[in-house]
Amino acid sequence: MPTQLQSRPRSSQSGSADVGIALQGVGRTYRDRRGAGVRALDAISLRVAPAEVLAVVGPSGCGKSTLLELICGLQRPDQGTVACAPAVLMPQRDLLLPWLSALDNAALALRISGLSRERARARAAALFAEMGLDGFEHSRPSELSGGMRQRVAFLRTLLSGKRVLCLDEPFGALDAITRAEMQEWLAGALAREPRTVALVTHDVEEAIVLADRVAVLSPRPGRVLEVLEVEAPRPRVRTDAALIALRERALGALQGAPTPMVGAR
Amino acid sequence: MSRRPLAAPARQTGPPRRRARAVLPPLALVGALLGAWELYAESGSTSSYVLPSPHAVAAALWDNAGLLAANLAPTATEVGLGIALALALGFALAVLIHFSRVLRRAVYPLAIGSQAVPIAVIAPLLVFWWGFGVFPKLVVIVLICFFPVLVTTVDGLEAVDRDQLKLLRTLDASRWQAFRFAELPAALPAAISGARIALTVAVIGAYIAESQTVTVGTHAGLGHEINADLTALQTPRAYAAAVVLFAFAIACFYALSLAERRLAPWAAQPREVHA
Repeated sequence: MPTQLQSRPRSSQSGSADVGIALQGVGRTYRDRRGAGVRALDAISLRVAPAEVLAVVGPSGCGKSTLLELICGLQRPDQGTVACAPAVLMPQRDLLLPWLSALDNAALALRISGLSRERARARAAALFAEMGLDGFEHSRPSELSGGMRQRVAFLRTLLSGKRVLCLDEPFGALDAITRAEMQEWLAGALAREPRTVALVTHDVEEAIVLADRVAVLSPRPGRVLEVLEVEAPRPRVRTDAALIALRERALGALQGAPTPMVGAR
Repeated sequence: MSRRPLAAPARQTGPPRRRARAVLPPLALVGALLGAWELYAESGSTSSYVLPSPHAVAAALWDNAGLLAANLAPTATEVGLGIALALALGFALAVLIHFSRVLRRAVYPLAIGSQAVPIAVIAPLLVFWWGFGVFPKLVVIVLICFFPVLVTTVDGLEAVDRDQLKLLRTLDASRWQAFRFAELPAALPAAISGARIALTVAVIGAYIAESQTVTVGTHAGLGHEINADLTALQTPRAYAAAVVLFAFAIACFYALSLAERRLAPWAAQPREVHA
């Protein structure tokens, strides 16, 4: 059983050619307290081309977050191989540091990469207006609304300069209106500056609006049930008939029904 | 885009009213307690050597204001320096324990055990080593006070969000950077909370230190003064000195709360949850 462990390169230059993300026969088993194995992921093979957006949908507990941690190198697979350009994780909770201002939170990756506080701030500040955050540079996270916090977290993620973004339900904690705004914003940001994206979500509509392809995972242990191509042109309108049809197909796959069947149960 | 719930009732509370609301309850409580004390002390069921009445204590306070102030100075120095050193020592030990399992096993039981050692046992040694000055007293106070700081800081360091550390790892943070950006600031309010607990013990610690170690000189501290007054049956003056300690402890506590607001403003402000 070949297990090629992926080490996280510290510099984004160290990867040779940009492979995007390549998962080959990846499996991951957790041990619970009594030592029994809990299989989280099983035989996952997925490829994400550079600058492609792959959405991963699945029922809760299907190992979606584990998948992202494998891609980011936070965990190692028991089976199979993970090859990936340097990846950054954006968790569902914004995880902004409460003791830093919005600006310093956004500039965190730059500070960690060794930039001085002033230069890191200057680079982050240049993007604040574009994010609709101007005027809030010196606010603490607790003074920002949920949508603004999420945008600061996105800025932090983007400023890490990594080619691969792993987004773990990035809008899960937002209300419906803010979520729609943020999805639109993300689609625009990726159009301007393409990145390879693995987007985990439980929201099938979000997956279809944002992604080039949608992978549907089974309940635990997570396996790839189906990969749907989303060919609709961007910018996408959620009410587009083709998108709605795709959504029904994805929902059908999620519910274990034969794929063409619509709205089972 | 802010969707916070409507907070703050419409009731108008200007600064004077708010101040009154903050000050009145403790004043009323103190007044009631003093009244009860006065009645009991004057009822004749005790002697004034055992329990002086509040007005006798107040008179002693007034008559001996200069003496008490002169004795507060060394005690305040001991407490202030002692707390600062205890904060530094407790924090440093907590960080060491956090980083090293070996040190944790070695240091933690000793730190716990150290709290059970009666100061009287080691006081002669402290005096033998460091003489009659302020230093042995500082050692006593630090010994008593570092422990709450240590425990709260260790817990604060443990309580750092695991996901936060994961995120920092994907941003390629080194162990030191993770500590500097996430763990250290997270532990700071915990350490200050520990210091606040320690502070209340520090004042009684100063009394113990002054009682247990010999001092030369005239104004040797309030603890000394209390012991001397009790021996001389100057009970009202001993009570007056205790009142000064009482007020000093309260003042220190609020001073430390103010310091926390400066050092860790994110912890002092109420956390609001946004949708």
